[in-house]
Amino acid sequence: MYAQMITSEKSSDDPELLAAFQARIDRGERIEPKEWMPEGYRKTLIRQIGQHAHSEIVGQLPEGNWITRAPTLERKQILLAKVQDEAGHGLYLYSACETLGISRDELFDRLHSGAMKYSSIFNYPTLTWADMGAVGWLVDGAAIMNQVPLQRTSYGPYARAMVRICKEESFHQRQGYTIMMKMAQGTPEQKAMAQDALNRFWYPSLMMFGPSDKDSVHSAQNMAWKIKINTNDELRQRFVNETVPQARYLGLEVPDENLTWNEDKQGWDFSEPDWSEFFAVLKGDGPCNEERLGARRKAWDDGEWFRDGLTAYAEKQAARRKAHAAE
Amino acid sequence: MSKKEWPLWEVFIRGQHGLNHRHVGSLHAPDAEMAINHARDVYTRRKEGVSIWVVPSAQITASAPSEKGALFDPAESKVYRHPTFYDIPDEVGHM
Repeated sequence: MYAQMITSEKSSDDPELLAAFQARIDRGERIEPKEWMPEGYRKTLIRQIGQHAHSEIVGQLPEGNWITRAPTLERKQILLAKVQDEAGHGLYLYSACETLGISRDELFDRLHSGAMKYSSIFNYPTLTWADMGAVGWLVDGAAIMNQVPLQRTSYGPYARAMVRICKEESFHQRQGYTIMMKMAQGTPEQKAMAQDALNRFWYPSLMMFGPSDKDSVHSAQNMAWKIKINTNDELRQRFVNETVPQARYLGLEVPDENLTWNEDKQGWDFSEPDWSEFFAVLKGDGPCNEERLGARRKAWDDGEWFRDGLTAYAEKQAARRKAHAAE
Repeated sequence: MSKKEWPLWEVFIRGQHGLNHRHVGSLHAPDAEMAINHARDVYTRRKEGVSIWVVPSAQITASAPSEKGALFDPAESKVYRHPTFYDIPDEVGHM
């Protein structure tokens, strides 16, 4: 997902405190920043929320790529608004993460040094305008699948950020789908572009949910802490069930010859993505890893003089006010 | 990287005329004026507000979670502070 493969940290805290903490979570209480929490819970959340925030910020890049080349002024405005939303979502999440005792600049540092990850999906290129449709429809669609249940997550600031994000995210998916509709109903060349975009984004979108976690210890701990609500497989199945009819409506073919309706489970059987590709992309060997991280680092470094300038100005103004008040 | 991190501000938005400002989140900004500008972009992209307050987070004094009992428990036993504590006969009519 936007936060993939979150391993949970062990807690070496007092067992009595741990039990009381777990009881609070089991009762459905929200944990707030200054309250006692196990060290493992705090660290795991920093990793998860941080990765989620980084994904929102890096996620601006594949779409930012098309802002200057959107086919109409309206589409350009829409895309601009969507990319601006992603920046906002990143900021909500960085704020939530900061309440756990880590600074935003430190989180940026960890992203730029490669110590923290962002979602594998953003290491794929956006080659045509139809990719803007596929990204909104599939990538944001997959993100929504994960984020809706996270509105009930146990950590208050994270849950509140999710509520805000979910409210805005549905626009993202719908604008993507309308791009796909336009392309699929257009000329044969346009329809072929839409099909090509679906072909390229289908499996990377399925990978967003992460590998099957039924045997994972971390997954069990994170679910007990309610910082993970559903298993990866549950969410992936839900996503496929929802997406297949949408693809059919477009008259497009899901690129999976094993796709069959399973009457017993009332859902689609489908092929697993190539997990070796997923792990390679996570490790840094995706088609765009270097470009994405390079763009982030450059933006941060190039903006340094500006950030420092604003700080210097604020300090000067504060000093002036102080002198004025002393007169 | 920059040596100095922009300070953190808490953001309060008045959703509509006549309502209280409500805490909506926080953000980093070098000064109050920029904090207002950022708050406009981060928290009111869809006309969520008609007025913004920003307060340096460092200026907020919060009650400690450990004091929760001492602060709030005393109100628990004072049910007579609620109108529903009093039985008024139906004949009296709406009160």
